[in-house]
Amino acid sequence: MTDIRADFTQTGPADAEFADYVALLKPRVMTLVVFTALCGLLVAPGGIHPVEGLAAIIFIALGGGASGALNMWWDADIDAVMKRTAKRPIPSGKVTEGEALAIGVTLSAISVIMLWLATNALAGALLAFTIFFYVVIYSMWLKRATPQNIVIGGAAGAFPPMIGWAAVTGSVSVEACLMFLLIFMWTPPHFWALALFMKSDYHEAKVPMLTVTHGRRATRRHILIYTVALLPVAVATGLTSIGGPVYMAAAVWLSLGFLTGAWAIWKRDEVQAEADSYATEKRVFRFSLSYLFVLFGALIAEAALRYLPAYAEFATRFNLLGSL
Amino acid sequence: MSIAREHPLHKRRSGRNIGLALVLLAFIALVFGLTIAKVSGGGSIEAFDHTYRPSLDPATLIQVEE
Repeated sequence: MTDIRADFTQTGPADAEFADYVALLKPRVMTLVVFTALCGLLVAPGGIHPVEGLAAIIFIALGGGASGALNMWWDADIDAVMKRTAKRPIPSGKVTEGEALAIGVTLSAISVIMLWLATNALAGALLAFTIFFYVVIYSMWLKRATPQNIVIGGAAGAFPPMIGWAAVTGSVSVEACLMFLLIFMWTPPHFWALALFMKSDYHEAKVPMLTVTHGRRATRRHILIYTVALLPVAVATGLTSIGGPVYMAAAVWLSLGFLTGAWAIWKRDEVQAEADSYATEKRVFRFSLSYLFVLFGALIAEAALRYLPAYAEFATRFNLLGSL
Repeated sequence: MSIAREHPLHKRRSGRNIGLALVLLAFIALVFGLTIAKVSGGGSIEAFDHTYRPSLDPATLIQVEE
């Protein structure tokens, strides 16, 4: 005879709340993915049915969430050691590693197949590659192997606008590559500024962060180098078919602001930084967040303004890289 | 032990089930919407039935358009 009585006093991983499964998908990272993918989708030439566009954004976000779950599954040992991540669903015991793996793999498959069906094969393939890149190349291989992990991991976060573009056009162009590069070059100074003032316990977790392996002086230098490299990318984007005067003004103004902040970080040493509780580093970190959101917002504004014939005619004069 | 007895565990499981139900409903709605969008917005829909048909050949289509 089968005993069907349930043990209602049992608690443990199986009793996670729905919010714990949502947390597994890194919803805060998802906001950036959704916003940049939406930008790629809106600025791309041609059109897409609104329902297909909505589906594309949802499945790109789902793919990003799936890679977040797989990242948490693989990095559960690191997350348990570091204070910042110790409350994540797996180290806190709310969700088991097996559940995270199953959710990650299932959502990866659903998101890639559905994006392919909703839009085209290239967009699906790019999403599949992004998940593979983030989980295998970054999380499994390079995160624990090189202090340049942030640079490489940034590539995964840079793909969403390219996928959004591919969802509409079925191809990848210079504009999509520049949007990719914009996030790719932005990620290192953004995260290294955070690493300078968030005295995280990467050392205990044996993750080779630049601040630990090469020191804070080298990290400050790297922030400046990447911010200098970011400026031509931001300006070049304005010289393509998606750019224009509004974007260009924002790109030049904000890039100079970012550069000034990076310069200030480079000029400081640890004694000065500790004296004012890393005020400059914190300010540059916050500025870098606005930087990306405003630049991508400006690209969307350009796309909207082009509905005005007079503006569209004027904006085409900026399109110097359009023939590439 | 009565099955009707409330336990925090019931609340958590109920929340999980409702959450999953809403996600599945949203997914169904999205797939339905996609189907409508694809069918109403697409060109001629013609299935391949294992015999050659010029109307399905891209090369023929180009010639016809020219």
